[in-house]
Amino acid sequence: MTTQNNSSLERNEEDVTGAQALIKSLLEEGVDTIFGYPGGAIMPVYDALYDFLDQVNHVLTRHEQGAIHAAQGYARVSGKVGVCFATSGPGATNLITGIADAMIDSTPLVCFTGQVTSPLLGTDAFQESDIVGMSMPVTKWNYQITDADEITDVVAKAFFIAKSGRPGPVLIDISKDAQFAPTSFKYKKYRRIRSYLPEQPVEKKSLIDAARLINQAQKPLMLVGQGVVLSGAEKVLLQFAEKTGIPMASTLLGLSAVPSDHPLWKGMLGMHGNYGPNVMTNECDLLLAVGMRFDDRVTGDIKTYATQAKVIHVEIDPSEINKNIPAEVAICSDAKKALKMLLKLVKDNDHTSWCNEFIPFQEAEYEKVIEKDIYPSKTGLTMGEVVHQVAEATNHDAIMTTDVGQQQMIAARYFKFKNSRSCITSGGLGTMGFGLPAAVGAAVGNPAKTVVAFLGDGGYQMTIQEMATIKQENLNVKVIVLNNEFLGMVRQWQELFFDRRYSFTKMHNPDFIKIAEGYGISAKLVRERDDLSIAIDEMLAQEGPYFLEVRVEKEDNVFPMVPSGATISDVRLGPNS
Amino acid sequence: MQKQEFTISAYTENTIGLLNRITIMFTRRRMNIDSLTVSESAIAGISKFTIVVKDAEERIRKLCVQIERHVEVLKCFYHRNDEVVHQEVALYKVSSESLLSGDHIEKLVREYNARILEITPNFTVIEKTGHKAETQELFEKLNPHGVLQFIRSGRVAITRSNIEKLSEFLKERDRVQTVLDHNN
Repeated sequence: MTTQNNSSLERNEEDVTGAQALIKSLLEEGVDTIFGYPGGAIMPVYDALYDFLDQVNHVLTRHEQGAIHAAQGYARVSGKVGVCFATSGPGATNLITGIADAMIDSTPLVCFTGQVTSPLLGTDAFQESDIVGMSMPVTKWNYQITDADEITDVVAKAFFIAKSGRPGPVLIDISKDAQFAPTSFKYKKYRRIRSYLPEQPVEKKSLIDAARLINQAQKPLMLVGQGVVLSGAEKVLLQFAEKTGIPMASTLLGLSAVPSDHPLWKGMLGMHGNYGPNVMTNECDLLLAVGMRFDDRVTGDIKTYATQAKVIHVEIDPSEINKNIPAEVAICSDAKKALKMLLKLVKDNDHTSWCNEFIPFQEAEYEKVIEKDIYPSKTGLTMGEVVHQVAEATNHDAIMTTDVGQQQMIAARYFKFKNSRSCITSGGLGTMGFGLPAAVGAAVGNPAKTVVAFLGDGGYQMTIQEMATIKQENLNVKVIVLNNEFLGMVRQWQELFFDRRYSFTKMHNPDFIKIAEGYGISAKLVRERDDLSIAIDEMLAQEGPYFLEVRVEKEDNVFPMVPSGATISDVRLGPNS
Repeated sequence: MQKQEFTISAYTENTIGLLNRITIMFTRRRMNIDSLTVSESAIAGISKFTIVVKDAEERIRKLCVQIERHVEVLKCFYHRNDEVVHQEVALYKVSSESLLSGDHIEKLVREYNARILEITPNFTVIEKTGHKAETQELFEKLNPHGVLQFIRSGRVAITRSNIEKLSEFLKERDRVQTVLDHNN
């Protein structure tokens, strides 16, 4: 840009291209890391980024799906908004699975996609896809920019929407001509949008009603969801639980919000959750649900779910209240604010005898399931013992990511968490291929911690290419593949519900050790129990990435199990119980 | 499941793609939209969607709060038919020859409170406003005399309460925003 005199030079200090405006906007939002993959329609943005590498880190993944799952992992461990870049057409469509995953799991993301130059929109141009149309049902908000002057405002709006209220993914599609076009840079953060109310003021009456029910309850049970983590309510939740003496159980995404060794924490809810919490859901007289949405994997058959109990539902999203389970008292608020206010209204209480009612269920589950899983007497290695030993060896201080399936449920059951935001897993969407790229993001988002990724042999191969990203970034990720040469969870269902007809669940796998070594990552295969703990120690002693394959029992099942659509208290401890 | 006809009114920002965002919510729930009208509301810049759909009230209630989740939706109401005054417009094209060849069509126009919009040497356009059943009935009566084209608009509806709910809502929203700003 040429300037003629000093005064225009001054004015022109803010003159930038659309692409530069985008990068500068990200800096204004405090973005320190971008996950992405370049391509034709987003090249001006990548070119602008090249001048800002002293201020922002870019992680090149090996697939756009890897980029978005990494952004999710980053957001989930750090509490910040995850950012990713992709090009138009296939680059953009490759993001869709991750966007859908972030939508259902309320993860704040802002995704930027390049788009063909605006005169070509709607002409089936090279690498044109209607990503705004396609991402509509799976984004909290999306927008297409064709005018560079809109960039700063739309980016500010995107970040405000992604992280406020119930968080979620936002997609911004920017045509290539808008990236090139001159504009001026002036950034103003959003605080308000007329049509959008991210939170509601809490009604006094609902707080008083809730406190009354809590104070009167004889057998209360608190359900802890991800809302506790998202609102940063971990501390006040414990104060509340300890004051009222109410036992707690977590949803899959609520795991790690409460330290697993807390005496009031009774375990995980749902299909493969713990015996006690599932049975007691249908025994309690008050269900206090905090920051959760009564997903069908938590409730089983809703017609028989906690019908004996009064329900208090603390939830920031008004559309979740009375959606699946009707609430006696609804508190439409973020978990932290609601718990802070409730804390003042509830009485000191003690529910020891009610808490003791969990013990026989804990003992039965330990005897019939847990002991066999983590201290097996049979020859074959179990997923449970691997998870248990890795967790112990990391002193439960590592961040755990999982893929989806048996290994996910086993990891969720046996890892035992010490720190919040240390359980990163795909809950609502159940996305195979999530675990490895999520570990990339987790390691970048919290470099102080070791990240252990528990993956199955199926899910690992869905995004195996991200091993290259892990190597290139030299991330402290310990990749653990629990190999049973089956798509284990589907095989389990085939065994239990489809007469053992193992239709397309058997896997003939490649040599994973050679592959890891090909990526330049140290690797070890364990087939025998005797070799396991040494291998784990070796893995953790190694700086940077490591790959551990453990050949586990081929046809193990995950129990307890509530069959799909069954009553939650009819939880089975084994195939015949 | 007791299905019933409801009129959903959604007030929204006037932005590209919002129509799609809203209609795909019906698709996802396998709800068929019987009629859909979108136009600017009394407040400049705010669009009003009027959507007619038959379903169980509980499903409609949940759908409406989910529509409200969208960033660009201000408010979504639903009403039973007895809670709103509603109207549709229908246009009928007949040949001018058949209009002039007897008094059948003229009688029907009078009887049904319809009116003639335009007469050309070739064709005549008749307009009727009313409920769907009424415009349909006129179509059936006119058809033996040769209806060349027939088109019906989507429903427009107005509530039976005194005040427009949106202005009430906008005032309340302003108050809430101020409270929240104060609390934060």
